Amino acid sequence: MAFDYDKYIRPGKLPHIWCPGCGHGIVMKGLIRAMDTLKLQKENTAIVSGIGCASRLPGYIDCCTLHTAHGRAAAFATGVKMAKPEMNVILVGGDGDGTAIGGNHFIHACRRNIDMTYIIMNNYIYGMTGGQFSPATPTGHKASTTPYGNPDPNFDIAKLAIGAGATFVARGTAFHANQIDKLITEAIQHKGFSVVEILDDCPTTYGRRNKYKSVIEMMNRLKEVAVPVKAAEKMTAEQLQGKILTGVLYKEEKPEYIEEYAKVIQRAQAK
Amino acid sequence: MEKTLPKIEIIEKYCKGCHICVEFCPTKVLEMKGFVAAVKNLEACIKCMQCELRCPDFAIKVITE
Amino acid sequence: MSKKVAFLQGNEAAAQGALYAGCTFFGGYPITPSTEVAEVMSVELPKIGGKFIQMEDEIGAMAAILGASLAGAKVLTSTSGPGLSLKQELIGYGCIAEIPCVVYNVMRGGPSTGMPTGPSQSDVMCAKWGTHGDHPAICLTPASVQETYEEVIRAFNLSEKYRTPVFVMPDEIVAHMRERIVFPEPGEIEVVPRKVPTVPPEQYKPYDTSFGDVPPLAAFGSGYKFHVTGLNKMQDGFPTTKAEIVQAEEERQVRKVDANVDDIVTFEEYMLADAEVVVIAYGSTSRSARYAVNVAREQGIKAGMFRIKTFWPFPDKQIKALAGKVKGFVVPEMNLGMCAIEVERCAQGKAPILGIFRVDGEPINPDQILEKMKEVK
Repeated sequence: MAFDYDKYIRPGKLPHIWCPGCGHGIVMKGLIRAMDTLKLQKENTAIVSGIGCASRLPGYIDCCTLHTAHGRAAAFATGVKMAKPEMNVILVGGDGDGTAIGGNHFIHACRRNIDMTYIIMNNYIYGMTGGQFSPATPTGHKASTTPYGNPDPNFDIAKLAIGAGATFVARGTAFHANQIDKLITEAIQHKGFSVVEILDDCPTTYGRRNKYKSVIEMMNRLKEVAVPVKAAEKMTAEQLQGKILTGVLYKEEKPEYIEEYAKVIQRAQAK
Repeated sequence: MEKTLPKIEIIEKYCKGCHICVEFCPTKVLEMKGFVAAVKNLEACIKCMQCELRCPDFAIKVITE
Repeated sequence: MSKKVAFLQGNEAAAQGALYAGCTFFGGYPITPSTEVAEVMSVELPKIGGKFIQMEDEIGAMAAILGASLAGAKVLTSTSGPGLSLKQELIGYGCIAEIPCVVYNVMRGGPSTGMPTGPSQSDVMCAKWGTHGDHPAICLTPASVQETYEEVIRAFNLSEKYRTPVFVMPDEIVAHMRERIVFPEPGEIEVVPRKVPTVPPEQYKPYDTSFGDVPPLAAFGSGYKFHVTGLNKMQDGFPTTKAEIVQAEEERQVRKVDANVDDIVTFEEYMLADAEVVVIAYGSTSRSARYAVNVAREQGIKAGMFRIKTFWPFPDKQIKALAGKVKGFVVPEMNLGMCAIEVERCAQGKAPILGIFRVDGEPINPDQILEKMKEVK
């Protein structure tokens, strides 16, 4: 049977707002399959986002959904999770929202290792405002505010998450659709703060400025640069030049914030 | 054993015509008909589900037995 | 049984008031001169199974309390000047998404870093005009430790009743002075619970005005699924740009407060019956004003004080009525005339307004007020 996405989609909300060929819809489908695999109860699941194209995702899914302010998803979600630890809390958003204006909340959610999953759709650009460069835009690339090429170095979002203390970090691509739900499933199952970066495409505001002739070229680029971590182990540094590792990049068991705070409560009440 | 064919349902009002399904179908089952995807050669379908998985618009359902 | 009495600081009393009101979640960020609130909450909340979190910044603290409130908790944050500026973005979110929360802001010298330990009353306009867009504003300005305790409870009640952020803004003097406080017994002061839906989940809409201007708010994780956004929204919570809906929703959000001014606005009338010279004061400044009025009376001046307890909504009606009766108003405040502008608006030229505006970090003393009263002819 075909997978029934409709049982998680709010009636009447499709078609979504994303442009033709934008990968956000592929990621949303992956998230829905992961939720189905894990049998997450809809009323017990909060999906929290910031502002931007990717952050429109929660509106489509039939759960407790919170479309917050630009960059603030991780901080709102922290409040939800603290107040209702039994809820599954999933964050979604884009690279600009998560790592520029929301960068502080992002790294501190990683540091606390609070049991939530953050799916970052990295399309290298601020799409909704028309294609300004983000912290993820590669150096030299074009955006509406880098007409002569981007002078800024870019973040490696997965590395940033690992450095900040996230205990599960994975990366996939919108092309490798079959892998998305598996990465998200494993991320949600992980106890602690998990980050899944999905390399995505923005044909409308990024592709056109950077000489991609079509959505297909952008998808092919994702296909070509992605190297699974296992395969990378057998490759030379030269072969890995220009490649991007995909799969589970980092996993560690560490004290989780909600559980640690439960100990604080115990200590306070013992006094 | 006789090959069973799936039913490929394309929800035209969701399809935004991005070509992803047509381009990445390994057996070239699909084509663009105007602005939307359409089934051209169902016989060739190997039920790999890639078109359904990669459709960003929730517009393709591959219904197998 | 005699009541429990303590010698407390204003900030400590604020924290105790929040606990009385049923606060179970605090999100904050350290900032002088409000940090004691966070410190007390970090001690007390875990004892009752509540949660305290020190966030990475002021915006994060505001975000965390809004998230926790949506998950059903009564929530508090505390801050001061620069922190209030940062929080404004999400105070607007709380207004449009209609999420109850209490923002306790201790007024220190500003703008910017200003005088972190110097008293001020220059944040009162921030409570009404700080965040962009039209929105309701409720702001309470207590003048004593006891009142800080009680006004924090009232702030929680108003915030739940009207489903909107509520400010409590003591000046630094009130926040940091120590006074005797008598704690109420449990149940002695009314505590307003959140209005939750009575309809089954499939019929629930988070902004369903068939329940009035303040629709019930379900908690995340309580069996209700719904959408919350900072965009202009319809009754079902989903965004819209439809002109007539946006207009109606914006007007309703403001009307929640505007139509209930008499329920919200509180004030104290001190020796007003025959007063010809009326001091309009709030916060610690009202303490100097009271002393000045007493001295003036001894000197044969028919003086009185109108003490503002609820700064927003502003007590328009009361001040308009006074303006027709008095020879003049004296408005002392630790800013360059923020309250005076409002008094002027209400007085409509019927009475002269003499201001005493100090922004040097020093309190306004009774002598200054007395001198000014004598200038009213």
